[in-house]
Amino acid sequence: MATLIATGLVDCDVHNHPASDARLRPYLPERWRRHLERFGARTRHGLAQGFPYPKATPGAARVDAWPPGGGPPGSSLSFLREQLLDPLGVSFAVLNCLHAGSSQLDPELGAAVCRAVNDWQAAEWLELEPRLRASIVLPYDDGPLSAAEIDRVRGTAGAAGFVQALMLVRTVEPAGRRRYWPIYEACERHGLPLGIHFGGYGGHPISSSGWPSFYLEDHTGMAMAFQAQLVSLVLEGVFERFPGLRVVCIEGGVAWLPALAWRLDRLYDELRDEVPELLRRPSEYLREHVWMTTQPVDEPERPEHLLQVFERIGRDRLLFATDYPHWDYDDPVRAFPTPLPAGLRERVYAGNALALYGLPERPAP
Amino acid sequence: MIDCDLSVAAPPVSALRDHLDAYWRDSVTERGLRSLEPSYEPPAGVPRRPEPEPGTTLAVVRPVSAIEALHAEDLAAALAGALNDWVRVEWLDRDPRLRGSITVAPQSPERAVSEIERVAGDHRFVQVLLPVRGEHLLGRRLLWPVHDACARHGLAVAVRPGGNVGNAITPVGWPSHLVEDLASQGQAYQSQVASLVLEGALDRHPDLRVVLVGSGVTWLPALTWRLDKNWKGVRREVPWVDRPPSESLRRGVRMTVRPFDAPPEAFVEVLAHLGSERMLLYAGGDGPVPAVDYDENARQTYARLRD
Repeated sequence: MATLIATGLVDCDVHNHPASDARLRPYLPERWRRHLERFGARTRHGLAQGFPYPKATPGAARVDAWPPGGGPPGSSLSFLREQLLDPLGVSFAVLNCLHAGSSQLDPELGAAVCRAVNDWQAAEWLELEPRLRASIVLPYDDGPLSAAEIDRVRGTAGAAGFVQALMLVRTVEPAGRRRYWPIYEACERHGLPLGIHFGGYGGHPISSSGWPSFYLEDHTGMAMAFQAQLVSLVLEGVFERFPGLRVVCIEGGVAWLPALAWRLDRLYDELRDEVPELLRRPSEYLREHVWMTTQPVDEPERPEHLLQVFERIGRDRLLFATDYPHWDYDDPVRAFPTPLPAGLRERVYAGNALALYGLPERPAP
Repeated sequence: MIDCDLSVAAPPVSALRDHLDAYWRDSVTERGLRSLEPSYEPPAGVPRRPEPEPGTTLAVVRPVSAIEALHAEDLAAALAGALNDWVRVEWLDRDPRLRGSITVAPQSPERAVSEIERVAGDHRFVQVLLPVRGEHLLGRRLLWPVHDACARHGLAVAVRPGGNVGNAITPVGWPSHLVEDLASQGQAYQSQVASLVLEGALDRHPDLRVVLVGSGVTWLPALTWRLDKNWKGVRREVPWVDRPPSESLRRGVRMTVRPFDAPPEAFVEVLAHLGSERMLLYAGGDGPVPAVDYDENARQTYARLRD
């Protein structure tokens, strides 16, 4: 990667996964182990195994990402080193574990599974590999339980490895509503950015006209879910109430943000009386409080259009991400329809993430 | 100038009595059904008697009603029919510059088709109105008879703001404020465009035009890029989509230019990203809009304006 960027790459979205449910068991209290065996994990969709929109590939993974020693993609640290960290010259990778803990209907079970996942991440990933950092996974539809988990993790010996709190984008209510405020308060208290990642099962159809037919629509619609969350966060006044909150949209794509900012500004100019707690135009809050990972990077027919969009979002707000090991993985060189110009390149591939997450230029040996 | 969106508040139900048969006339009185005013517009936000802007040569009248909110399809279909007759008598017969939109009850595709067949003989009606928020996405197969009827009669499908509020307006639930609702309508339109192209509805009738009314414009390029990219990756799921979605979109989809959303300094950039000035139709209102050949675009969009 030396030709791409002199310092190492920072990959802001990598997915680790337990090799099996049994691997989490040592981190779960006996009560919840028995509960899972007897009643299973219950979420807001009808399949106990798999997904209502079957993914593009098994586990939505790259076909070459299944570890040779067995287990699902993302379950082997040594294979992660071999396939991602070493060849790409990654200096830091942020793990966003998508294990189903956060989507449980029973919030107490969800909280227990999230605690287990976070402790497993600390013991089996962060302690073993200095290039890794992780997000704190949360039972995010329950604000108080989530805030308690952030506080708990920040009090553990491995706290420094966790650089972000994590929600999934498909929440039960729009993210600006009060039930989520304890999470934002906790993020402010600990100086942690809040990551909002693709996915989740909040129970609402992804379109306001019901469930679409295809995975292709579900995947495309995820960008609309991100838009809905930013609309809510801005117009509910969350950034006035929590001025230190930094939100990272992870795997939402990027090109829609300038259009959303324009739309919000126009509506705000027309209807601002309805939301008097906003003291500034929506675009200003977005510009100050929102970061975006680049994957899945948009592919306009004319590549310069992507650079125009990047300029409107802000050079200091874009974070490179691969989404390893998933099928829609972005290669740092080939994913972009045009090479990023010098100046922007250093920021997107490393500088912006180092600043956002408070990381040194290189991992400690 | 051809104004493709002259919105008009639907009248009180009492004004539709003459266009209802005896059963429905009694029924709406007996049950106290007085108004079809939608809750998703600001109160009295739609003018009752708008005047076309000076210089307007033709204007497409769009009655604004929450016809989709009634759960009984017979009732909704009766009122939709009455509304169409009201548009004909109160607007089209009174001003030769005016053209009409056909209101249908989206609750029942079968009823919608019957109403199109009933009204389509009057060539002053140029489009069929469907709400951006329906019980089903507009590309779904169960709505194809409605597309087919529009294609058969040279009518455009007009997707208008508002609609069924059974589902939340966002993929993440109900927002608190009207301003959020209006912002989120942009995403509702995005879902419809994705559905229309990916289900194959746009390519089924290459001459059918889908007009997005009052949808905002500037969100479309990002959606198009994402659809092209995702199609490239997952097109095996929709093997009938045999070309990049952007191609079908540019051919089949049109948008009224207001609200544009982007400020004037971004017009040139947004038009370049859109990749086609042909997609924009003029709509009356305040403030600047990009300079394109709106009248030619309108004639290309509405087969019935070329008659």
